[in-house]
Amino acid sequence: MIRTLMAATALATLASPALAETITVAPGDGAQDRLQEALILAEPGDEIVLEAGRFELTDGLSLDADGVTVRGAGMHASVLDFTGQRGAGEGLLVTSDGVTLRDFAVENPQGDGIKSKGADDIVYQGIRVTWTNGPAATNGAYGIYPVESTGVMIDGCEVSGASDAGIYVGQSSRITVRNSTARANVAGIEIENSRKAIVERNFVTENTGGILIFDLPGLPVKNGGEVLVRNNLVANNTTANFAPKGNIVASVRRGTGIMVMANDIVWVGQNLIYENPTAPIMVIAYPMAFDDPEYNPYPREITIDWNETDEGGTDPQFEGAEQLLAAFGGVLPPVMWDGLEETPDGGTLMVHPDMKGWSVNLPAQGKGIESANPGPLDAGLIGQPISIEGWGAPEALEARLK
Amino acid sequence: MIRHLGILAAAAATLAVSAGVQATPPPVVHDWVIQSDAIPKKLSEFGFFQDWRGREPSMDVVPYRLNTPLFSDGATKLRYVYVPSTAKAESDGPGLLQLPVGSALIKTFAFEEGDDLRYIETRVLLHRAEGWVALPYVWNEEQTEATLALAGARREVTTPYGERISYRVPNKNQCKECHGLDGAVTPIGPKARNMSAQWLQSFLGEVPEGADTLPMWEDRETADPAAAARAYLDVNCAHCHRQGATASNSGLDLRWENDDPHGFGINKRPVAAGRGSGGLMFDIVPGDPEASILVYRMASDEPGVAMPELGKGTVHEEGVEVVERWIAGMPAK
Repeated sequence: MIRTLMAATALATLASPALAETITVAPGDGAQDRLQEALILAEPGDEIVLEAGRFELTDGLSLDADGVTVRGAGMHASVLDFTGQRGAGEGLLVTSDGVTLRDFAVENPQGDGIKSKGADDIVYQGIRVTWTNGPAATNGAYGIYPVESTGVMIDGCEVSGASDAGIYVGQSSRITVRNSTARANVAGIEIENSRKAIVERNFVTENTGGILIFDLPGLPVKNGGEVLVRNNLVANNTTANFAPKGNIVASVRRGTGIMVMANDIVWVGQNLIYENPTAPIMVIAYPMAFDDPEYNPYPREITIDWNETDEGGTDPQFEGAEQLLAAFGGVLPPVMWDGLEETPDGGTLMVHPDMKGWSVNLPAQGKGIESANPGPLDAGLIGQPISIEGWGAPEALEARLK
Repeated sequence: MIRHLGILAAAAATLAVSAGVQATPPPVVHDWVIQSDAIPKKLSEFGFFQDWRGREPSMDVVPYRLNTPLFSDGATKLRYVYVPSTAKAESDGPGLLQLPVGSALIKTFAFEEGDDLRYIETRVLLHRAEGWVALPYVWNEEQTEATLALAGARREVTTPYGERISYRVPNKNQCKECHGLDGAVTPIGPKARNMSAQWLQSFLGEVPEGADTLPMWEDRETADPAAAARAYLDVNCAHCHRQGATASNSGLDLRWENDDPHGFGINKRPVAAGRGSGGLMFDIVPGDPEASILVYRMASDEPGVAMPELGKGTVHEEGVEVVERWIAGMPAK
């Protein structure tokens, strides 16, 4: 093989960068096979370039080679169009490490948009995933979907129309989601069963719920936590929930801004949170029964620093909302807590003194809101700063950004 | 694309060699092709078959069947295992046969057309020094040769149920979606528990403990409903739905040996199902197959909902029935 010979020569001269190949793929006839074949034959360091235009695809694509870059001519120029997809659970599946995806779009995948599973040190930059018909239960679940990975950088991406979460990071660690737009999904951005995540400078709008930090039982990777949510604009998340029932996000109420469920050590601060009329900020325990002895359903060490919000829950989507509104003078204060703690006064929730809140005061985990005894927020005051050293995507991923 | 040309050139060279012996078809398998790092362009380069049509296996290419097989749109499957004469297969109790380096698994997918079988594709798994390698080969219209199809393919076929479908040949990466375990390619099918004792005796010279325990698919009506269903789920689903495999993040573990009811779906909530949930709350609701996501997804042929995600363009009605019967027979809460 010529390549092997090239490798031998390169080793001799120590000129290894010359090894990387650029493989250009154009749209048009046979795009499915030509692109898939390029993805299969790619070797570490190679760059697959998607020319501008619309690639009409009939099947899911997959990449399983380490250290490969796939880049297009821009998120509105190079479009992988899966409208006619007949098989596979996602548009593009990445299962290798050190991959960079940049400057292209995925439209109308039948399942998820781009899934990267067990794909460490992945960069998504300038990627767009769109279901062009707008919110619909028939759309795929996740737009950008890294899972079971260490080292995830999502920067400057756009996702809309996902029937679960636009940008979803699950069962992963060392995560950064920033400078991205999540519009008209059920959940805008969701960090689930993950650790050491930074979610910052995103625009999260017209979803059912804006930013969700969840920890769920029964998964191989659990005990989510160490999540920083700062400097995001979370506005007008008032789309009716269109998630298929059974999924956890189907229970998210329209008008939820930033929601923390279970998890330990989450810091929410310096966000602008407007027009999320159920609750600008919500902190709750996992609300359902569960059968997982290793799972902790309570939030622990959650800090709500100062955030700029409007007056709060003006149109909460709860049973008994009218009485609630009446009790709080027509609007629910911005920070909502279900009042559940692992241990009483155990440092569950700490809130900036200028942030107003209320407590549902549920009697026990797993009880519905009908058993609530609403009252003023009785949380701790914001305490010591936390260290975020080692949170977010590793430095090496920053270096791959253009 | 220099590399691509390189592969073609290598393939052409190999082809030229095999063309020289075309007059007398190779009676033995080409061990050097299995054990090299070449990606042969034609299936015939391996010498797995005596004839160009792939009907007559070469020496030491041994046919086998599975008690409960994987459903692939009703394709007839011809399975062969090859172990070089210098090496020996070992047993690992009820689990996968331990096939030495140099071994190969060969599986042809075919559909009946009149009295003949029309071959669609032959997938090979090669045990090389660096691990297992999966390659898909697609048969031509004339049925005279099968050519490497790294990117997969689609073929119009009529299933045994009379459905005209676009049958999907998986691409090389998709091979790994099912055959990947802890990052490496591995065989799935030939587990002693799912093979006949008689065959194992002849192939291994012994019947491993725990062998031949999965029921025969033909006997599913009379078999224990749980055994029939769990065998079906093990064979059709558990290569992904287990730890270390493609669907590990779902937390669903459908392996035959998993005895944790929540783990195999009872009252288990979906994780990343999206519209695959069908508006249902649990994977399995005891006594209520219609409320069980497992059944809903098996009974769908819509991408994004249908399970399995790969290798299935039609619903396997008999498979759905086996799982329905099992769930219906569970005591409701």
